[in-house]
Amino acid sequence: MNSATGAKAAVFALASAALIAAPSYAEITAITGATVHTVGPQGSIEDAVVLIENGIITAVGNDLDIPADVQRIDAAGKVITPGLMSPMGQIGLVEVDAVAGTVDFIQRGDQFSAGFDVADAYNPRSSLVAINRIAGITHAVIAPDGASMDQQGNYSRVLSGLASVVHLGDAHDYLLDRGVAMIAQLGETGSSLAAGSRAAALMILRTALNDARDYASNREAFEQGRRRNYSLSETDLVALSGVLSGERKLVVDVHRASDISAALRLAADYDIQMIIVGGTEAWLVADELATAGVPVILDSIGNLPGSFERLNARLETAAILAEAGVRFAVGGDSFSQNHNARNITQAAGIAVANGLPWAGGLAAITLAAAEIFGLDEQIGSIEPGKRADLVIWNDDPLELRSYPEQVLIGGRLMPMESRQTLLRDRYMQSESSLPPAFR
Amino acid sequence: MKYVFIVVSACLAVAGCQNDETADRSSETPSASVFSSRYTALPHETTLLRNATVLTGTGEQLDAADVLMQDGKIAAVGENLSDEGALVVDASGQWVTPGIIDLHSHLGVYPSPSVDAHSDGNEMTAANTAEVWAEHSIWPQDPGFVAALAGGVTALQILPGSANLFGGRSVTVKNIPGRTMQDMKFPGAPHGLKMACGENPKRVYGVGKGVAPFTRMGNVAGYRKAWIAAEDYRTKSEMALDGDGEAPLRDLQLETLVGVLDGEILVHNHCYRADEMAIMLDIADEFGYRIASFHHAVEAYKIPDLLAENGTCAAVWADWWGFKMEAYDGIIENAAIVDQAGACAIVHSDDDLGIQRLNQETAKIIGAAARAGMNITPAQAIRWITSNPAKALGISEMVGTLETGKMADVTVWAGDPFSVYTKVSRVYIDGALVYDRDDPARNPVTDFTLGSLAHQGGTQ
Repeated sequence: MNSATGAKAAVFALASAALIAAPSYAEITAITGATVHTVGPQGSIEDAVVLIENGIITAVGNDLDIPADVQRIDAAGKVITPGLMSPMGQIGLVEVDAVAGTVDFIQRGDQFSAGFDVADAYNPRSSLVAINRIAGITHAVIAPDGASMDQQGNYSRVLSGLASVVHLGDAHDYLLDRGVAMIAQLGETGSSLAAGSRAAALMILRTALNDARDYASNREAFEQGRRRNYSLSETDLVALSGVLSGERKLVVDVHRASDISAALRLAADYDIQMIIVGGTEAWLVADELATAGVPVILDSIGNLPGSFERLNARLETAAILAEAGVRFAVGGDSFSQNHNARNITQAAGIAVANGLPWAGGLAAITLAAAEIFGLDEQIGSIEPGKRADLVIWNDDPLELRSYPEQVLIGGRLMPMESRQTLLRDRYMQSESSLPPAFR
Repeated sequence: MKYVFIVVSACLAVAGCQNDETADRSSETPSASVFSSRYTALPHETTLLRNATVLTGTGEQLDAADVLMQDGKIAAVGENLSDEGALVVDASGQWVTPGIIDLHSHLGVYPSPSVDAHSDGNEMTAANTAEVWAEHSIWPQDPGFVAALAGGVTALQILPGSANLFGGRSVTVKNIPGRTMQDMKFPGAPHGLKMACGENPKRVYGVGKGVAPFTRMGNVAGYRKAWIAAEDYRTKSEMALDGDGEAPLRDLQLETLVGVLDGEILVHNHCYRADEMAIMLDIADEFGYRIASFHHAVEAYKIPDLLAENGTCAAVWADWWGFKMEAYDGIIENAAIVDQAGACAIVHSDDDLGIQRLNQETAKIIGAAARAGMNITPAQAIRWITSNPAKALGISEMVGTLETGKMADVTVWAGDPFSVYTKVSRVYIDGALVYDRDDPARNPVTDFTLGSLAHQGGTQ
């Protein structure tokens, strides 16, 4: 049997396993024999059992009674982790970056800014979903982004709009939290979207928050036309009100240490829950971040002074933040987002190679991301009561040569197939004398 | 004796030596001798790396082996070598490989910081700019060079961008932080010619400027017109040498193209789609040149037989896909499928972060291949970032493997280079220790980052 036939056989085996094993929601599944890294209070457990009922984890441990007639998955010698979370990006909001009709995460012009909600543009059938899912990504933050001028001369805005959290499963309830956060661009990007100064970007943000505060407490007067003009539309003000009330978080995209400090001052002035994304120089203000309790979605592989706001980029940032008690996830950079959100395992591994404890590396792509967005009651670790979103690996999940053998989302076995595995199998050496289109 | 060997091999690689009659007559001669390399090896001593796992770059793995570097060359590789007169480095538990070679880099021409004032990689003024040379844009103070050194990279090809059908000449450099480009230029390495297929020239010229090419067929017409002009220029130059007519006015653009037709300059062709690569191979056939390598060959896995047949390498990323239409069919197993079919596979970076971890990019391919049932050993895979790029660059007689007599460009890894946790311990170039993770004096820092809080590119 040549390697191609082997691969095809393997695909069929997995596909049929999925058919047989896909549990209805009333069924109980027991996964046995693996080393389970719970990323929860139970830590790591060898030769453990994970019990799943109705898509929810009901028990994890060594000496569990496994009920008779349950669906058993033998995972002896394997490694189980929580499903991984892409903490920032546009999965399902883009198919091909250079094909404008497939790009739904940029809103240019004056129509919306703070209230631009991308959730309804999410496409669960996007090829990016399955490609990242079979690499272990089970959840993603999907967010709008700032962008420079288009051919018509339209810019996007400092306030880019609303982010949501989705699971990458095949069920219809993929939206776990709609509008969980608002995205704002500060620093050099903010400067280019504002009036050519990073200070102007901050002023736009402060003005918008002032307007939203005024609007929130004078709604009736506004509707009767008895209020001053606001800098934003009503849709945007309503969205911003959620930031002021603490219902949603404000994600600010910044890199320079002084820009991070300025953002933290704003967070304190308005008493809002802030998340830093990018954070190249966060290590310089780690203590400030820890004191403020503001987490970071870190660009963990950028170690070059790619711009003047990243002069102090370095690979040890994750380790320094961990030491200082700053909560952080990795995946705040294009290296590990969207088409290649799957590279967050590599990003976490690089952080570990540069001083972060291994457990911190795994947490940075699972629980920490869930905590940052306030979803840790549902996802992020393998604990009773949480969603059964988990990954069975052949080996250390942070290692480059490792891969998932099975991904479960909501307790369901996901088919381990994507557009890329289909292309691969079609073109691997084949005994067929017909062109690939017939294979 | 070894010195003689190198000189001879340089002649073979460049095909432009003094005793070569056609080279003497070539219109290429004026350009061949300018902007010459001033690279000289840094001070080096006889060094024995003791008891390492050695990947030779020839497809072999040796366990518990020694590597002896003498006079800047690989003097011996084997077990229990004599350490007489040598500085002995205990490499137990460490891995030794040939220095990593990146076939596709824009360091220096698109340096950090990436400000407009530094954007010197794409002469986007005409679809054919074969007259420009990337080496005239290189900023040696790009912090990316020393960061790549810390990733084990000892040589790299720096190319013009891909906006144009003919982007200009590329240059191969030794990854030594020099004051000038000439300090870095790899002695004896041939120039390359950057060509580009597909979407980029169409977008920049047809869509962007309303001039040819507007389509892929327009691209092909553009290549062929240029080669016809080059043939004509060569014929007229040769006739003039024989006293038949006047020599044409010296033309830098046509000099470069004639250099390709004469085999002195190697074609490196940015080309994503399988069907376009097949057309480019036919154009090369029509005009009698060879394509050394396709870069960003996202669909190489669809035509490994064609690549093998033509002896053309496919240089690929591990996993980039989907950023444009011609990258939509990217798969991680690409290089593995190409390699298994007996063609020449290369993992390149095209990226100032990727160049720091070509070993990791390769490891991802090994993992994906294993998942698909293909077993790729470390000894096989290391060729993708050492001997295969050396071959595509025309410098394989000098570097790319740990064979005796080759330049001692060597990377020492703290462990298995295909683990995410492994870092580079030491880098030697021509036998000189140019990087040592544990020695601040061997952590070069560029002018730009001098005094930065992170000491970027240097020791932490």
